[in-house]
Amino acid sequence: MHTATKTLRSGSLKEALKEIVKANRIINKLNCMIISDIRIKKYLVSLLLFGITFAQQAMALTPAQQISLATGDNDPRIAALSHVSELGDVSAVNFLQALLDDKVKTKGNAIYIVDDTTVTDALTGKATTLPDAVDDVVNNNQMRDELSATIASLNLLSKDSKVRLDAAKSLLGTDPSAGRLTLIKKVEKIETESTIKDILEQVSASIEITDNDKAVRMAAVKELGDSANPNNKEILSSRLEADGEADPEVKAAIRLALRSIESNMAIYDKIGQVFTGLSLGSILLLAALGLAVTYGLMGVINMAHGEMMMIGAYATYLVQDIFQHYMPNYFQWYLLLAVPFAFLVTALVGVILEKLVLRHLYGRPLETLLATWGVSLMLMQGVRSLFGAQNVSVENPAWMSGSLQLTANLILPYNRIFIIVFAMLVLMMLWLMITKTRLGLFIRAVTQNRGMASCTGVNTSKVDALAFGLGSGIAGLAGVALSQIGNVGPALGQSYIVDSFMVVVLGGVGQLAGAVYAALGLGIVSKFLEGIAGAVLAKIFVLVIIIIFIQKRPQGLFAFKGRSLD
Amino acid sequence: MKLTSLSGLYDSKSWMYLALATFVLCIVIPASNMLLPSTSILHISDYSVSLSGKILCYAIVALAIDLVWGYTGILSLGHGVFFALGGYAFGMYLMRQIGTDGSYHSNLPDFMVFLDWKKFPWYWQFTDHFWYAMLLVVLVPGVLAFIFGYFAFRSRIKGVYFSIITQAMTYAFMLLFFRNETGFGGNNGFTDFKRLLGINVTTPQMRMVLFVITGLTLISLLLVSRAIVSSKFGRVLTAIRDAESRLMFSGYNPLHYKLAIWTFSAMVCGIAGALYVPQVGIINPSEMSPGNSIEIAIWAAVGGRGTLIGPLIGAGVVNGLKSYFTEAFPEYWLYFLGLIFILSTLYLPHGVVGLINKIKAKKLAKSATSASASVPSEPA
Amino acid sequence: MTENTGQASAVSTGMATGHLLQPGVLDTSHGVVLYMEEITVSFDGFRALNKLSLSIDVGELRCIIGPNGAGKTTLQDVITGKTRPDSGSVYFGQTLNCAKMTEPEIAHAGIGRKFQKPTVFENHTVFENLELAIKADKGVWNSLFGKMTGQQHDRISEILETINLKALYHTRSGLLSHGQKQWLEIGMLLAQEPRLLLLDEPVAGMTDHETERTAELLNSLAGKHSLMVVEHDMDFVNSIARKVTVLHQGSVLAEGTMDQVQNNEQVIEVYLGR
Repeated sequence: MHTATKTLRSGSLKEALKEIVKANRIINKLNCMIISDIRIKKYLVSLLLFGITFAQQAMALTPAQQISLATGDNDPRIAALSHVSELGDVSAVNFLQALLDDKVKTKGNAIYIVDDTTVTDALTGKATTLPDAVDDVVNNNQMRDELSATIASLNLLSKDSKVRLDAAKSLLGTDPSAGRLTLIKKVEKIETESTIKDILEQVSASIEITDNDKAVRMAAVKELGDSANPNNKEILSSRLEADGEADPEVKAAIRLALRSIESNMAIYDKIGQVFTGLSLGSILLLAALGLAVTYGLMGVINMAHGEMMMIGAYATYLVQDIFQHYMPNYFQWYLLLAVPFAFLVTALVGVILEKLVLRHLYGRPLETLLATWGVSLMLMQGVRSLFGAQNVSVENPAWMSGSLQLTANLILPYNRIFIIVFAMLVLMMLWLMITKTRLGLFIRAVTQNRGMASCTGVNTSKVDALAFGLGSGIAGLAGVALSQIGNVGPALGQSYIVDSFMVVVLGGVGQLAGAVYAALGLGIVSKFLEGIAGAVLAKIFVLVIIIIFIQKRPQGLFAFKGRSLD
Repeated sequence: MKLTSLSGLYDSKSWMYLALATFVLCIVIPASNMLLPSTSILHISDYSVSLSGKILCYAIVALAIDLVWGYTGILSLGHGVFFALGGYAFGMYLMRQIGTDGSYHSNLPDFMVFLDWKKFPWYWQFTDHFWYAMLLVVLVPGVLAFIFGYFAFRSRIKGVYFSIITQAMTYAFMLLFFRNETGFGGNNGFTDFKRLLGINVTTPQMRMVLFVITGLTLISLLLVSRAIVSSKFGRVLTAIRDAESRLMFSGYNPLHYKLAIWTFSAMVCGIAGALYVPQVGIINPSEMSPGNSIEIAIWAAVGGRGTLIGPLIGAGVVNGLKSYFTEAFPEYWLYFLGLIFILSTLYLPHGVVGLINKIKAKKLAKSATSASASVPSEPA
Repeated sequence: MTENTGQASAVSTGMATGHLLQPGVLDTSHGVVLYMEEITVSFDGFRALNKLSLSIDVGELRCIIGPNGAGKTTLQDVITGKTRPDSGSVYFGQTLNCAKMTEPEIAHAGIGRKFQKPTVFENHTVFENLELAIKADKGVWNSLFGKMTGQQHDRISEILETINLKALYHTRSGLLSHGQKQWLEIGMLLAQEPRLLLLDEPVAGMTDHETERTAELLNSLAGKHSLMVVEHDMDFVNSIARKVTVLHQGSVLAEGTMDQVQNNEQVIEVYLGR
């Protein structure tokens, strides 16, 4: 079709007519319809009209155009539409939208736009009254699709890049139409934003793939194959069907392109898995960091650690609730308060726990394990009594909902990104705290040699309490993170406790680096296994892997070799 | 000291108590439940019998955990899995005994019909034979314990590390059994049993038979355990608990000893599970939840570790309280259980039995000046 | 910590010093009970042992001295299989490669070890401690069903006599005094009937009288058994030593009689120079 217009532009009517017949065949093929002679005539008339008005493309639609769009049979109307696209006249959008919204009425050659109560004569643009017995313009589905696609392609000329991007996206996967191609090609050249340009290239390729010229088709296939878009896959594979591509060479190229798309998609899938793995790993890391501190310090695994996370999550819920009720205007920023609040609450619970229970159990790790389990039962029941056994839901701030779409099949939710960033921040703070502050120095001293530290004047019992508070506080921060990705309930901590133990066991005692590698590694491995075997089997595999791994390195990934007698 | 002479296991007074316990379990309770009218004050209700039957099963598990924790110093947080596997193994037999009486009137259990399975999976082979099922009851937990223990003990995983790994093990099994495709009824597990050896399993008589068998099993396992811990083997176990490296440098391979007692303990748990299932009428994966296994450990801690009799008392006391509390004030049970965990570790390091011994020793010290040295041992 | 690799291999010539009570045993036919060659052990870059070579003759009583961190305990760890050397070889007799045996296997083959801190089974009686240690089949089956022979009973009473704990044989060993525990542990070693005894600071925490008795005991054991004694107490070393090896920074610094060692300039420098 576009070749026909080109020829028209060059002036040779005879050649143009030839081209028109050719283009007609393509449309014929596309629409899978037989076009009668009369229709061809009507079509030719409208085409000529467009050819004449082509030079004045900045102007609004001419009455003739409007008539050809609003009246007559389907196919000539579609053809007319196609030319509107080619003209690239943004002002046509209003009329097309009115058509799409079924606001256009006709009587003979008079066209009215009916908007609620006001009636406009479309040809003159003046207000008028609606005569009796007007005809509705009936749009079938095909016409509607064409209308919206044309609107979209005209929107490509908009000055607003967001409108352009949306328009380009909406063109993806629509039925290919040769008429829009000219416009798209033209826009492609002037488009400055690469994302929009990429999409447009895809759209034009999906139209060109039906071209008569083999070279054009080959180029289009190549263009389509060079992506990870499932839509392209669909376009290509539909060309392989019975009435699609006939040329064996192009067919082979299509198969090759399909394979390339699949492998591209697989790569993005992998990246997506790594991302979800990282986000799971970050959660594990947050859960395990506190454990690493308390276990490294006292050689004791705090079974109530999961409940500390749960308390942190409920603290977030409280803050969120208060903001919702008393300061809805600042709701976006409730996390700024929730983070320190959750930390302080859980740290306080930790300090109390240490003073009341753990203090008396040093040197008896197995008993500590049982006692802290008892604590966890009481904390769980306590929360149940206070907040009810039902899950409560914590609302994300608006800036955290939604997701970042990188490609068609690579979508990164903002709350997951937040968790990764948050975990890294917590890790950094903890690292600074342990390596740069006096409390950190004391903690390290007590971890390495309790007796010696005590001899040099470190108040070990105070350090124990503070360190336990620190570990619990970090668990509280983990709770803040968890509240952003799921429901908060009394049993929240239980589901993470086995996993976080595994991280500590795998990473080695008292090793921040070990915990980091173990957590992220575990997260990524589990997500990959989930992709292969499903969530439950993946979890079982991971546990088995850890048990086997510990056979080889009983002290974890990063453990000091020592010469102490056990 | 020797396994061959049973009379050396206990002093005559203890034998008396044991005989009394056997008499109560086998004669008094059945008679009072079945012969006395329900209006009589001495009548023991069906509910009490089934509750006691359940607690007797738990007592067997507590005995098993005492062998590994109390004597050998290995705290397992995964004994629930052995108990459940024994239960599932026997449950398979009970499911087969339902025959075509299920809601779908199929030869297959209802859940398999529901999954659209056409025949039994391979591991259900022969489970319709009672003795084969009985063999599985001890073999399945035994083999799992042996394999797991071999790798863990060979790598010298001990202390809290070992405990955590056992917890991961039972957690993994719980997840596995929650899957419908595993072939053990998923979430719901096995239930609606009809017959055992062709006899209706729900009749009071059958329940009483099961109760008496459970009681006798507990007493004989107590005797076997006593024989084990009073042999040289038992002293090696305690030596592992107290000074493993000394023992190694004395020429003992702790791996073999740990593995032996660990596997035996798992098998005992399997037996307990098999006795539990027909009496309670259901087995499902929640029996494998980590929380359940930790609770087992607390029975032993409350009663007094390393005493054999203590854990039995602990199982009785904790579970008795549990059934009382969950009925009277359900919302306070977890507070109370939590308190039991905390207080018993803080103030009762040797459990109830230790407390009694302490009081006895004080009395003895009052009457005579010679101090008693019979304070139970404290594990490392 | 990486220097002094040069003078590291002052290997004894391994001559039999006589008193062979069990002549003709295959593995010690050359008169040497322990060979260590070029042993290196490092912990995270720190070299606890550095190309250490040492050999002990049958029936010899060897004292090992050296400042803290010289590698004395690590040396014993390597011999008993607790620590695997990074390089080098350890042979018990001619044939048994300790680097490839587990701790119980090495113990069973005839190397006994006493820890620096007295380690006994505190919840067992003195008698039971010895019963566990006595040379016997130490497998699971035998422990479950085996009986103690009369001979073993006699041996235990003999040892109880030697270590002076006969009156306390029914006492829980946790209730013993520090010195008594030391002796009980030595008694347990004797009950094992090892060919080679490794003793790490055997007289730490003993009274003078007890120390004297221990010296007597060790002197009487030499000849029948080979002994390697690690000790800080120089008077004690003087009272038992025939040959002394001085360790320094994981290598052998000097070896010879007490006099020779005490007059060795390097030794003086190491002990007094800082």
